[in-house]
Amino acid sequence: MSFPWAKNYEPVNPVMKFMDEKLPLPRLVYNAVGAGYPVPRNLSYFWNFGILAGFCLVLQIVTGVVLAMHYAANSGIAFNSVEHIMRDVNWGWMLRYMHANGASFFFLVIYIHIFRGFFYSSYKAPREMIWLLGVVIFLLTMATAFMGYVLPWGQMSFWGAKVITGLFSAIPLVGEPIQIWLLGGFAPDNAALNRFFSLHFMLPFVILGVVILHIWALHIPGSSNPTGVEVKQESDTVPFHPYYTAKDGFGLGVFLLIYFAFVFFFPNTLGHPDNYIEANPLSTPAHIVPEWYFYPFYAILRAFTFDFIIEAKLWGVLAMFSSILVWFFLPWLDKSPVRSGHYRPMFRKFFWFGLIPCMAVLFYCGGAPAEEPYVMISQIATAYYFLHFLVILPIISSIERPEPLPFSITEAVLGSDDSAVIEPAAKAAE
Amino acid sequence: MIRLVGILVGLGFTFVVLLTFLVGAYTAATEPAAETAEHAFHLTPKEDVHFSFEGPVGHWDIAQLQRGYKVYKEVCSACHSLKQVAFRNLADLGYSEAQVKAEAAAWRVPGIDPNTGEATTRPGLPTDAFPSPYPNSVAAAAANNNAIPPDLSLMTKARHEGSHYVYSLLTGYQEPSAELAERFPESLPGPGLHHNPYFANLNLAMAPPLTTEGQVTYDDGTVATVDQMSQDVAAFLTWTAEPKLVKRKQTGWPVLGFLLFATILAWFAKKSVWANAKRRED
Repeated sequence: MSFPWAKNYEPVNPVMKFMDEKLPLPRLVYNAVGAGYPVPRNLSYFWNFGILAGFCLVLQIVTGVVLAMHYAANSGIAFNSVEHIMRDVNWGWMLRYMHANGASFFFLVIYIHIFRGFFYSSYKAPREMIWLLGVVIFLLTMATAFMGYVLPWGQMSFWGAKVITGLFSAIPLVGEPIQIWLLGGFAPDNAALNRFFSLHFMLPFVILGVVILHIWALHIPGSSNPTGVEVKQESDTVPFHPYYTAKDGFGLGVFLLIYFAFVFFFPNTLGHPDNYIEANPLSTPAHIVPEWYFYPFYAILRAFTFDFIIEAKLWGVLAMFSSILVWFFLPWLDKSPVRSGHYRPMFRKFFWFGLIPCMAVLFYCGGAPAEEPYVMISQIATAYYFLHFLVILPIISSIERPEPLPFSITEAVLGSDDSAVIEPAAKAAE
Repeated sequence: MIRLVGILVGLGFTFVVLLTFLVGAYTAATEPAAETAEHAFHLTPKEDVHFSFEGPVGHWDIAQLQRGYKVYKEVCSACHSLKQVAFRNLADLGYSEAQVKAEAAAWRVPGIDPNTGEATTRPGLPTDAFPSPYPNSVAAAAANNNAIPPDLSLMTKARHEGSHYVYSLLTGYQEPSAELAERFPESLPGPGLHHNPYFANLNLAMAPPLTTEGQVTYDDGTVATVDQMSQDVAAFLTWTAEPKLVKRKQTGWPVLGFLLFATILAWFAKKSVWANAKRRED
């Protein structure tokens, strides 16, 4: 893996030599995120979001494990145990706000990471496997976040669980038995809460495993870059450490500033007030909505309101799941040989003036009440969403004339390739 | 092949969703949705009151919290519990340990008679939570025209703009307007209900709880107008909903300060590491 000019790990310290012989863990780290991993020298700040997503995952696991020490997964006392954490556990309020807002920021980071991938076609060969694993991570994260939102056992927890598991009841014939089987009852209750807690604790470690595969697959071809031109020579790259550790360090600082501003000053802004009311199966909230990060998919679900051959609800469920499943096929739908949107004039227009406004509209409509004009607006946006990925992308990839690409990354950065000079990392770090 | 299938699937979904759009548009054009009374007459909470705990450097007004507690104790607690709040938490409001004990002992909480084992009540201890005046929800519903008075512990977090919501609700009782009576006669308050535009469905089972000046006698000499009592109890309920609110904001500043410093350092570290890498050879 990696490039021939990648630096080799040479332990000096006898302890590290011993370690390298018996268990070359330091070598693994050195080659993965150290000086042994050559990375394109032209990465923009959009390439920070992978590391940030990894950071969020670890943050969620650490805060979550501590919260689980104080939380009680029982429908009779779950709500009160969360309030116990907020009031009586030392720094419990901070842990819980970090965990709740951590989920929101995790999704924010993942969305930027995914849309970076869309714009720069990071899914194209030779990186299809990284992309496929990434979509798997996204689906697992959605499942984990949904089940986590059920745990406080507030009104939105309860009714959200009811609506989302109710989606399965749209499946013909076996739908209702599946829903009852998933919930362990006819409605969300203790059985559902317990299994959601169990899965919410377990899935993050599955995600961690797939993240390791995601990073492993990344290190086979190496990172993509904003030009989309593959690395050709040593001057196209810099060692990950210190160049990108330094850049990621700054990015992490900015991220933490925004994140902690929310944790300490707007901790409930991204949540819903109804979830501070204890779950009550006899009282339906006027306006059931998921967490903000599910709004676009919720808008697609609700866009289908007319029984055409099959039930409208089933259309909505099919469309909602398909809206993410299409991402799996992107490497084969978009056949343009050029990766970066910077050199694809038609693709770029459809990205900035099609996909991005479409997603913004879906976000807005997903959180709005299910009434006109929001339903009609989300129907138009849903139509565009599917057209974009399934019709527009395949067609423009065959009719578009891309702009000329730079010869190499070095040329893109320095203007010409023969003046390529890269200082040794050690010297530069001085 | 995969692209052909993709295009067909994409066109299929587009066709169905546009069809459903046309049906919806036709319905909307032919039978426009009737406006509801809630939509026309519901008001968002008043914004003209400022509470001391608001803003990035907000702090508790201890005197106000004590006044609010008195309003809760003498008015609200007749129907509403605070089951998440214990008497010991009153120490946050500036009461001494002895005062907390005395305060707790003045309340009756459910207990068990040590001799007979029968359910009874006993004086509260600092570790007890503020009790509900009703033995159970059936009794609460029976005593209140079938509307169960909600627990107030988290009320200001369970509503948008919660502190302002509580204040607006308490000061927002009014006669329904003539316009409402004309356009939505079915939304006029029925028997046992009271019109309040700040309440979600405009009709509230709770009778106006704060009606006359001096209903509560403040110990600190503040004039107990309805407006003042409403503000004070809204502040008190903000504290019960989030006793750590001020500590949270106070913790936030050093954390952000440290992070800002670390981020500036990281910026210079990044700059110096990259200083040689991007320079063009002129």
